[in-house]
Amino acid sequence: MKYIDAFRDGTLARKIAAKIAIEINPNRDYYLMEFCGGHTHAISRYGIADLLPDNIHMIHGPGCPVCVLPMGRLENMIQLARMPGVILCSYGDLLRIPTANGHSLLKMKAQGADIRMIYSSAEALKIARQNPQNQVVFLAIGFETTTAPSADVIKQAQTLGLTNFTVFCNHVLTPSAISHILQSPEIRELGLVRLDGFIGPAHVSTIIGSAPYEYFAQEFQKPVVIAGFEPLDVMQAILMLIRQLNDNRAEVENEFTRAVLPFGNLKAQMLVAEVFELRRSFEWRGLGVVPYSALRIKSNFSDFDAEHRFELPSLSIADNKACECGAILRGVKHPRDCKIFGTACTPENPVGSCMVSSEGACAAYYRYGRFREANNHCNKSHMANH
Amino acid sequence: MQQPGKRKTVYTRPLDFKKGRVEMAHGSGGRAMTQLIEQLFMRSFDNAFLSQMNDQAIFPGYSGRMVMSTDSHVVTPLFFPGGDIGYLSVHGTVNDVVMSGAEPCYLSAGFILEEGLPLSDLKRIVESMAAAAMEIAVPIITGDTKVVERGSGDGVFITTTGIGKVPEGIHISAERAKPGDKILVSGTIGDHGIAIMLAREDLSFYGTLESDTASLHGLVATMVRTAPDIHVLRDPTRGGLAAALNEIAQQSGVGMMLYEKSIPIKEQVSAACEFLGFDPLYVANEGKLIAICSSEDADNLLAVMNAHPLGRDAAIIGEVIEDTHSFVQMETRFGGKRVVDWLSGDQLPRIC
Repeated sequence: MKYIDAFRDGTLARKIAAKIAIEINPNRDYYLMEFCGGHTHAISRYGIADLLPDNIHMIHGPGCPVCVLPMGRLENMIQLARMPGVILCSYGDLLRIPTANGHSLLKMKAQGADIRMIYSSAEALKIARQNPQNQVVFLAIGFETTTAPSADVIKQAQTLGLTNFTVFCNHVLTPSAISHILQSPEIRELGLVRLDGFIGPAHVSTIIGSAPYEYFAQEFQKPVVIAGFEPLDVMQAILMLIRQLNDNRAEVENEFTRAVLPFGNLKAQMLVAEVFELRRSFEWRGLGVVPYSALRIKSNFSDFDAEHRFELPSLSIADNKACECGAILRGVKHPRDCKIFGTACTPENPVGSCMVSSEGACAAYYRYGRFREANNHCNKSHMANH
Repeated sequence: MQQPGKRKTVYTRPLDFKKGRVEMAHGSGGRAMTQLIEQLFMRSFDNAFLSQMNDQAIFPGYSGRMVMSTDSHVVTPLFFPGGDIGYLSVHGTVNDVVMSGAEPCYLSAGFILEEGLPLSDLKRIVESMAAAAMEIAVPIITGDTKVVERGSGDGVFITTTGIGKVPEGIHISAERAKPGDKILVSGTIGDHGIAIMLAREDLSFYGTLESDTASLHGLVATMVRTAPDIHVLRDPTRGGLAAALNEIAQQSGVGMMLYEKSIPIKEQVSAACEFLGFDPLYVANEGKLIAICSSEDADNLLAVMNAHPLGRDAAIIGEVIEDTHSFVQMETRFGGKRVVDWLSGDQLPRIC
C-alpha cells in the first residue's frame, strides 16, 4: 500500500463528498472545530473546503505548537540565545515567531547566536556530546506527540552523565486545552460561538489514545471524531461528525484506527510520567492561563532542566494590542476580523503567531481564503456585468 | 638570500593535490597564485582565450542581440549525489543564458576560496567545471581567484557569468504569458533540493536520489527550433516551481491554473518531502525548465521535449488564465483548489 497516495485519492474524496452532500440537513449549519494545526494544514493544502457544502463551517483550533507558545516563554528563549557559549537546538517552525519587540530566534541567529535547527530531540543530544565546552539547550515545545522524545533524551542525558545538556520544557496538553475552550464563557454561557463537534487530534491521539476525549463528549455533549492528517481522513471524519449530529449522538469515534488505540502508547506514557509532572498552571497564547495544562521536568531530573540551570524568570508579556490571535485561537474571531490581517501582519512579517506557522489559522487563511474571497468577488462582479 | 643574478631556473615544487590545502598565499598575487592558476585552472579549462594570460579575455563579437547572465554559487555540501558546486556553477549560469532561447558562447569564473580548503577538493571542483563546459563546448575564458581567511567562507564560492547570442526572431520573455497558453515542465521537480537536503541531514534511507543538475542548452535549442514562438522559458531553481510561476504570473499580469496530478514528481522526492515537512513545489531544481507557449504549439513542443533525454518526463501541467490578482492556483489531486503562493522566508519544517 502506498501510504501517501492512498489517503489522497480524489475519486474516493468525491464519493465521500457526495455522501456528505446527501446526508446533511440543509436547514441547519454545522460548526466543526479541527483542533490540530495538522488538520488545518491539510484542509488548506488539499482544498477540502471546495468539496464541502456551504453550511459546514470549519473552525481552526489552537492545536498549533508555535501558535500557543506565550510571549514570555519566547522571550526566555531569546534570553538563552544571548547567553555566551550556549547552543540552542530548535525545531524549524519556532525560529520565525516574532517577540513583542520584533526579535526572533532567526534574527538572533543572524546576529551571531548559535542556534541549530534540528529534526529530532536525539540530534540535540548528539550536539551536546560533540560540544562538551558549550551549554546545549533543547527548546522542547509541542503537544503529547513531541513530549515522549523529550523525555527520552533527558533520561539518556542522565545515563550518560552529561553536564552540558538541558531542556527548556514548554510541553502542553491537548485535553486541558479542549476543556478550556469548551468552558470558555463565549461558548458555555454566552453562546456567542457555536461549536457542534470536534475533529480530534491525529498524532497526539497515537500517544494518549481515544479514551481521554470521552469526558468532553459526555460532559459537553459534543461529538469527537479522531482523524488522521491525510485529506481523506479529514473528509471521512467530517462525514462521521455529520452523522453523529444528525442522530443527536455525542460520542468519541476513531477514524484513525490504523494508528490510534483506545489507550494509546503506554510505553510513551510511562516514559513521560517518569520524567515530567503537571504544572499547576501554564500560560497559553490566546487561551490565557490554563490550569494543569502543561508539563515540567521532575525535580530528580532538575540537572537537565534549563529553567533550573539558567534561573529563567517567569515573564508575562501581553500580545500586540492590534493582534487578534487570542480570539482566533479560541474560535471566537475569524482571521478577517483582525484589523492587521493581511496588512501589517503577513507571512513575510508576522505580528501574531497564527500567521507564522503554516498550521496557523491566519497563515492558512491568508494563503487560501483570501484568494477564495477574491475569486468570489470576481465571479460576482463578472455576473453583475452580464 | 638568493642573488637575483645567479637565479636561472627556479624550481617550484608542484602543488600537492593530494594533501595540500589552500593557503592565503594562493590569493595574494605572488608566485603561489600563479602556480595555482597555471597548474590547475589553465590546465583544466585549457583554451586559447585563457592562455593569453591577460587580465581580460578578448573575443570575437557577433552581430545581433546578445544575452549576459551572472550567478553566484554557494552550496553545502560542496559534493552531493549527482554533482558538485563545480557542475552547478556552469549549469546554473548556462541555463540562465539559454532561458532567453540563446546559444551560450563564453563563460567567466570567479572563485572565493576559504583558507584550508583541501586542494584535492578544489581540483575535483575545477575538473567538474571543465567537464561541464566541455560538454556544451562553451569555454571559460577569464577568471579570478581570491582567498579569504579560514572561517570567512564556506569552502568555496563560485561566481560565473555567461554570454550568449539570441537567434533571429526569438522573443522569449517572462512578460509574454497570455491567457489560454499552456504551461509545460521538462521533468520531475524537486530532485536537486531534496538530494542536497538528504546529503546535508545525512538521511540516506531514501536510496539514491541524485541532483538533476544539467545544462539545458541542447533541450532549449531543439525546443526553439520546433516552436520559435515560445512565450516564456524559466528554470525553476531557488523557490522551485512555485516561485518561478508566481514571478511569471506577476510579470505577465495573468493568473495560472495548475493540475496537481500532471506535475511529475519522483516517489522518493514526495516521500522525503512528507518526512521533512516540505512542499515539493517550493524545492529547488537545477536541470529543469518551465515553458509557456500557445496552446497550438503545446503538443509539438511536448513531443520534442519528450524525445530529448533531459525532457523525457516533460508534461503539460497547467494553463494561463485571466486574473487581475495574478494568483497561481492549483486543482489538487484531491479535487479541491488551492493557491500556490509565494514562499515566505525559507521553508521550515512543521512540528507535528
